[in-house]
Amino acid sequence: MSQIANDAEEPLGASGWSRLVSRFFENRSAAAGGAILALLIVCAAGATLIAPHDPLAINPVMRLRPPGLQHWFGTDEVGRDLFSRIVYGSRYFLLICLVAASISATAGTLLGLIAGAGSALADGIVMRLMDVMLAFPYILLVLVVVAILGPSLWTGMIAVGVAGIPGYARVVRSAVFSVRHEDYVESARVLGASGAQIMFGTVLPNVLSPLIIYLSFATPLAALLASALSFAGLGAQPPAPEWGAMLVNSRTYLFSAWWAVAAPGTALFVSIFGLNLLGNGLRDVLDPRS
Amino acid sequence: MVRYLIRRLLLAAPVVVGILLITFLIKAAVPTDAVTAMYQGQMSEKDAAQAITALRAKFHLDLPWHQQLLIYGRDLLHGELGESIRLRRPVVDEIGYRYVNTILLTGAALLIALVVGVTTGVVAAARRNTWLDITATTVGLFGISMPAFFFGLLLILVFSVWLRLLPVVPHGPIAILLPALSLGLIEAAPISRVTRTSMIDVLRRDYIRAARARGVGEVALILRHGLPNALLVVLTVVGLQIGNLLGGAFIVETIFSWHGIGELAVNAIKWRDFTLTQAIILISALSYLLINLAVDVLYAWLDPRVEIET
Repeated sequence: MSQIANDAEEPLGASGWSRLVSRFFENRSAAAGGAILALLIVCAAGATLIAPHDPLAINPVMRLRPPGLQHWFGTDEVGRDLFSRIVYGSRYFLLICLVAASISATAGTLLGLIAGAGSALADGIVMRLMDVMLAFPYILLVLVVVAILGPSLWTGMIAVGVAGIPGYARVVRSAVFSVRHEDYVESARVLGASGAQIMFGTVLPNVLSPLIIYLSFATPLAALLASALSFAGLGAQPPAPEWGAMLVNSRTYLFSAWWAVAAPGTALFVSIFGLNLLGNGLRDVLDPRS
Repeated sequence: MVRYLIRRLLLAAPVVVGILLITFLIKAAVPTDAVTAMYQGQMSEKDAAQAITALRAKFHLDLPWHQQLLIYGRDLLHGELGESIRLRRPVVDEIGYRYVNTILLTGAALLIALVVGVTTGVVAAARRNTWLDITATTVGLFGISMPAFFFGLLLILVFSVWLRLLPVVPHGPIAILLPALSLGLIEAAPISRVTRTSMIDVLRRDYIRAARARGVGEVALILRHGLPNALLVVLTVVGLQIGNLLGGAFIVETIFSWHGIGELAVNAIKWRDFTLTQAIILISALSYLLINLAVDVLYAWLDPRVEIET
């Protein structure tokens, strides 16, 4: 299944983990992606220290100024400092990734475990439900949830999270199928472990590697969608310095102030690019076949 | 073939029921009750109360949910999609021409995605591990990281503002160019990736080696012997790609004021117009289902092994 499962004679102790970690840092794609993520975390944590201006402070005198010494990324249509708004925007970006990924990964993993390790009936019910959700294109499914809950930052994040559930459920289910007749699962059963113990104690750790790989691909996609929602006016609402929402008003000024569009757009692109690099690197490290 | 088709149709039936149930939820779960929201602060309280009662009765919001579900099912069987709350006319009138526009946009984008994706994929596979391959892979990673709406704005900036090649608000057939490019070029990235992998796999096969031994030229080898077999795998992801394009159209249409169902859906959700939202989501999901069915049948027709296996 994975490197971890294959090296049976070499138990994954401290040395195993450190080997994985060192392989991770040797991987250039992973290192570059990790650096971008680290930068995002620094911006989010230290936003109050890094940002030179209040991200919401309006200054009509300074509206639509091009990038310069005073305003590194220029100002927007009401004179807010774009650099400060980009820095604060990293908080929204990370929050969206965290909330959406937690919802899809937690619910999807649970459903996948139930379907993969539970009875045939449970499998049938869960997977038919997932099939129906997958009958909608991803964005459409997100829009369904937004339509039900009403548009806002939180419902946007929840919608993206809920729409991601079937993907995780499928990946976990098929991973469970591939390990559930392995000797170590059988021996846990023989030793008298309960169903829940086997599920979470024995099976779950052994499906972690495909789960992490899927997570690393699904999260940037979720972030893309959440920002698209904000851009369409169905997620975070202006004047919140969320990058997608920042484009809503500034796109009207595309002809006179390209920087007001370029700054949030580039921030979004670079962050998602970083997550994708990180994902590629993680896959190389965790899945030796690729 | 016919048996395969019937089997697929039977398998699709429960999914259709599921789609109906999910779209029904859009109405049942409207928290602020669309009708009330619409009349808030627009007329005297007494008039408003009367209007709300009348409208609630009209949309059956006063009935228990299971009766509402029955009515919803019955209306759909009659081909009745209801009347838009906001626009005060049958949703079909509004969706009709917009649906055609979205199909046009999705089709044009798919064409671009396939041409660009397959070409770059084949070149990358044929020149594996050269700078061409590495460039194609990197650009592909850019593609999957690029938000379609930002890419669309960049295209406007470059072509309309800086290069002045296109009018800012283009009319006529040229209007489709930028929205189709911003959707299609982004979707070319995953198609290129799949084509590359599949082509590399095909080029390792015995029949390719045999053809090479017979003295078939490298270009003919790739285009005539390799490509048709590699494309078979690409076809399996095309259904999924069309779903992405259809979804992407929902966002891109807003930027370019392309009057498709996506632009309308975004507005319908903002208006809390549940009949309109319901109808658009239903039609899009059913179209997606049909497209996937068509792709599966096409695949089974091109590769008879599929039919035998299932």
